[in-house]
Amino acid sequence: MASISMEQGLLLAGVLFSLGLIGVLARRNIIFILVSLEVMLNAAGLAFVVAGYRWGQADGQIIFLFILTMAAAEVSVGLALALQLYRHFKTLDVDAASKMRG
Amino acid sequence: MLDLLFLVPLLPLAGFAVLVALGNRMNRGLVATVGAGSVGLAALVAVLIGFSFIASAPEGDAFTQTVWTWIDVGSFKPEIAFYLDSLSVIMIMVVAVVSFLIHLYSADYMLGDEGYARFFAYMNLFVASMLTLVLADNLVLLYLGWEGVGICSYLLIGFWYKDPANGRSARKAFIVTRVGDTAMLVGLLLLFTHLDTLQIQPLMERAPEHWIEGSRIAVVAAALIMGGALGKSAQLPLQVWLPDAMAGPTPTSALIHAATMVTAGVYLIARTHVLFEMAPVIHTTVAAVGAGTLVLAGFTALTQRDIKRCLAYSTISQIGYMFLAVGVGAWSAGIFHFMTHAFFKALLFMGAGTIILGLHHEQDMFKMGGLRKQTPVVFWTFLAGSISLAALPLVTAGFYSKDAILAGAWASDAGGRWLWAAGLFGAVLTSLYTFRMIFLTFFGEVQTPFHYKVGIRIWLPLVVLAFLSIVGGFVDLPETLGHRLWFSDFLHTSLPETEELAKSTVANLQIAAALVSLGGVALAYLLFLRSPQLVGSLVRTPLGKALHQFWFVGWGFDWLYDRLLVRPFVWVARANRSDLFDQIYVFIAWTARIANGVLSDTQTGRLRWYAAGVAFGGIVAVAIVVLI
Repeated sequence: MASISMEQGLLLAGVLFSLGLIGVLARRNIIFILVSLEVMLNAAGLAFVVAGYRWGQADGQIIFLFILTMAAAEVSVGLALALQLYRHFKTLDVDAASKMRG
Repeated sequence: MLDLLFLVPLLPLAGFAVLVALGNRMNRGLVATVGAGSVGLAALVAVLIGFSFIASAPEGDAFTQTVWTWIDVGSFKPEIAFYLDSLSVIMIMVVAVVSFLIHLYSADYMLGDEGYARFFAYMNLFVASMLTLVLADNLVLLYLGWEGVGICSYLLIGFWYKDPANGRSARKAFIVTRVGDTAMLVGLLLLFTHLDTLQIQPLMERAPEHWIEGSRIAVVAAALIMGGALGKSAQLPLQVWLPDAMAGPTPTSALIHAATMVTAGVYLIARTHVLFEMAPVIHTTVAAVGAGTLVLAGFTALTQRDIKRCLAYSTISQIGYMFLAVGVGAWSAGIFHFMTHAFFKALLFMGAGTIILGLHHEQDMFKMGGLRKQTPVVFWTFLAGSISLAALPLVTAGFYSKDAILAGAWASDAGGRWLWAAGLFGAVLTSLYTFRMIFLTFFGEVQTPFHYKVGIRIWLPLVVLAFLSIVGGFVDLPETLGHRLWFSDFLHTSLPETEELAKSTVANLQIAAALVSLGGVALAYLLFLRSPQLVGSLVRTPLGKALHQFWFVGWGFDWLYDRLLVRPFVWVARANRSDLFDQIYVFIAWTARIANGVLSDTQTGRLRWYAAGVAFGGIVAVAIVVLI
């Protein structure tokens, strides 16, 4: 099995993370923002796994499990917020919820 | 017995502590028990100590009790120590007993007031401070008591703080006395730097050793101490606060602004009498100020309508007599007059307070009248106090003390005849305004009906003080009338003796004083009861009108000080409202407001902006780590 170099793995993680960040910043639909957040989290997870593989240790994969757990929790809260947002504003546009400005 | 001395100031202080901590949770009966009871116990201890001191004086005619060392810095080592000699024995007995009677009276008088516990707390603190003042072994502790009574005076004048006028009166009293207190503090520092001690007795021994009589330093020190006494005792030119101090509850006026605190100046001068003997100029000034004040205040008292203001000016005038006495070196006469004055003036104030309460807070004497039949107890006791104040001959305490002062003034070599004449003229005024008060209040037509049930806690103090106002003078009978000089002989262990006059001179002076006092009463009867229209027509003439107005406002001192000091000060304060230092603070406030505006603009409420902010911050942080 051909091994993948660390540089390639980290590059992929970086690209995924950037795509996710762009999604969070550019998208207005809260569902897509949540999806983009998932992408960013998985990018971080991928970086951990690659690093663990590079050093031949299981730590990276353990951290990935943590990230998965955290992502599940985050999504449940995020979806609850999405529901509330929709109930209040009848839209999924996050910019609608901008009353708390200085 | 003397070892219990520390209890005398401690008991009222403990009462104050209890009332401050728990007063609001206690019912009125308990508050009165603690408030009056603590002072009552202190009075009991003071009287027991006094009698044991009189019965067998301790070695050296003085007793010192050190409680603890207060401050210990180099040679500056004031202690919490109480010094008991014949002067302070008299002071604590009079202060504690009169205070107790007034507390008893207040228990009833203040019953309807919501600040019942607060009132007793202040009063107890006052008594503790006053007793500390008169017992202090060093001038630092004396100054503590001095400021303590000052702050209590302030708190009690402004007791009904909801009315801004009362707050103004309180501030006025505090600021005016502060002028004197500052002089006194400077005087204390001067004494310490030159004589290296503030213990009163060593100080009094060192002053004649280090200083020449009449030298500049002695004169300055005595003048500064006199400044403190003038402020506290409301003498010229600092007398303006006392009439306004009547804004406080009447028991306060009786206790603080008549019987005890205002006489602290007399006590201070008597206590530091060596300094004044070292500076004859200042000593004579004290007498002159006293003589001037007593005449000035006498005229003003004659024109007042408000019964409490009338009594206030009378107090200023009577303290003028005490200053005259200590100024001419009649030390024991001054203290004697302090004692009799404490009795009859406390009595008069409490009597006036009962009348005011009974007439629904009516203080105008011209709206009173005919009270003699309506409230005989108050009438007879008030009359007893009044004849003592007017110094009716032979039967009253005031006669003996005032007579001793006039004899002392006559005997003094520095303008004694003039001082005596001023004192005698003041005596006419005294009996005139006293009986004007009596005739307007108790005689004539009933104008306002009297509604007040005089309970035991009201009439008992009145009767006791009336008794003391009459018989209190018999402790010092002059040579011509029995020659029993117990009081002055007792005081001579701590104060110098007064010059003796020839017996015939004393007799002549007494006859003159007696005639003058009776003449004043007769004149008052003629002017205010028999034919009041005579006064009316006198006042209606242009000159009479102007004089009446001038005296009524207390010789225009308030007006003068307002123009001379208050307004320029307020003007300067206004002009300096935006000076450099203010600008610094304004700049700080401005910066904060601008920064607030900028930062609050970043709070757009848009989630994606915040996310961008977080991302940007992350990038910056990573860049810093990577690049540096």
